[in-house]
Amino acid sequence: MSATFQSAFASGLFGTTPAPVGLAAWNTATPERRYGVYRNNVTASLTTALASRFPAAENIVGPDFFRAMARAFVAAHPPRSPVLLAYGDEFPDFVAAFAPARDLVYLPDVMRLEIARGQAYHAADIPPLDPTVLAAIDPARLGALVFTPHPTLSILSSPYPMVTIWAMNAGERPLVPIDDWRDEHALVARPHLAVEVTPLSPGGAVFFRRLTTGATLATAAESAMSEHSGFDLSDNLAVLLRSGAFTAINQDDSDENPNHA
Amino acid sequence: MFASALPRRAGAGFKPEHFADILAEPQPVGFFEFHAENYMGAGGPPHAQLGRLREDYALSVHGVGLSIGSMQPLDRDHLARLRVLCDRYQPESFSEHLAWSTHDSVFLNDLLPLPYTEATLARVVEHVDQVQTVLGRQMLLENPATYLLFAESTIEETVFLAEIVQRTGCGLLLDVNNVFVAATNHNLDPHDYIARFPLAAVREIHLSGHSESVDDVGAPLLIDSHDTPVKDPVWALYQTVLDRIGPVASLIEWDNDVPAWPVLRAEAISAQKLLDAATRRRAA
Repeated sequence: MSATFQSAFASGLFGTTPAPVGLAAWNTATPERRYGVYRNNVTASLTTALASRFPAAENIVGPDFFRAMARAFVAAHPPRSPVLLAYGDEFPDFVAAFAPARDLVYLPDVMRLEIARGQAYHAADIPPLDPTVLAAIDPARLGALVFTPHPTLSILSSPYPMVTIWAMNAGERPLVPIDDWRDEHALVARPHLAVEVTPLSPGGAVFFRRLTTGATLATAAESAMSEHSGFDLSDNLAVLLRSGAFTAINQDDSDENPNHA
Repeated sequence: MFASALPRRAGAGFKPEHFADILAEPQPVGFFEFHAENYMGAGGPPHAQLGRLREDYALSVHGVGLSIGSMQPLDRDHLARLRVLCDRYQPESFSEHLAWSTHDSVFLNDLLPLPYTEATLARVVEHVDQVQTVLGRQMLLENPATYLLFAESTIEETVFLAEIVQRTGCGLLLDVNNVFVAATNHNLDPHDYIARFPLAAVREIHLSGHSESVDDVGAPLLIDSHDTPVKDPVWALYQTVLDRIGPVASLIEWDNDVPAWPVLRAEAISAQKLLDAATRRRAA
């Protein structure tokens, strides 16, 4: 088979163009229906892969709507790797621009939360920071601590009740009307075998985002407080210890010894 | 080169939802097979489960994304990932398909057919050699379920497979359901196909279910759907193969509408009974 023919066979799989030439059947059947089996397999298997990665989104819109949306995405963004565990990272952005889903303004953020959970599920296994290590540090030096993020860690923020909507559609909470429609933030990590979603305050999201990018504890706390006056450091330190979101601590000595990087 | 070495027993395709049931008691299966691409994350529950299964069972790594039948070069990154997986679990067997699934950089997630010509044969042989070199082990190549033929094909599928075995030293994974599906779809006698198949190279058998459709002139068109129990004519064909070559590692595949573990286990037990009978006949 020439490479050209393989191109023709492949390019028709996402569309409705006639089957490529050169195909045959034992009888007088035209190749359309037989080629259609492959066409159907490709799209059905990829939409199934997306449904398994975005179960809460599928629950929100229903299987028929989800399939239609996924089919449109698959045709526009076919996978570039045989490892489908990470297929669909662009799906939330696609959904944000997908006209039939326009009214579901929160849906892309719920999907981003599902992506973070999936990434945490498959990321490397590393023991989380032992809380007693932190407890043993001289309180005067706490501010200079820098934390190494766990490979499973993500911090997410949404102007919508992303965590509540996700939890209600993932079977984690009963489905009830949401009275307090507001922004929500979350820390996603898998310190051991189970992926955990920890709600954060707006200031907490700033705090953890700064910590994951290498800020000292003091700098991260100052950023959080300056952006959100209600930021509660002790609450968030409790989350830090409990969530297993970091693997190691280091002293940032740069203030005392600028020559020692 | 490490030769494929699955126990000559019945096995089951591993599904994570069965993990707790499988661990609850010793299972009457000789091995579990898993799809390589589902275990290419760095860590997490998938690897924790495989590591645990590895303690008690032989393992078979079954790739579904290497695209050995592609005219373009193999994806070296993907081959490296397979190497990592085989190094990590030291499976008794690695298998892949006589099919293609990647074109340009797009992964099509289906086992697509290729015409059988001298040119495609040379390319597949090159790819099988490359896989066996990189993995440092013999691979098994699986016969496809096909829905179409190619006007340009000049070589029979059984001859094509025999040539690959001859030139590369690979083994074969004989998917008996695929034989039945493809033979029906192309109006051939599946028993005749088996008679022509290079059975001496078979190191594993696949058994699974299929669904029934028709083409646009009303002829039967079977779909390799892996969503039902093994059907009677496929069991009969399996029996024919066992009569010819004796017991060989035999896997029940059930990938869609996956049933509860006892249902899949019952299928494996059915295969094991036929294997036991074949073993007794050999001994007699």
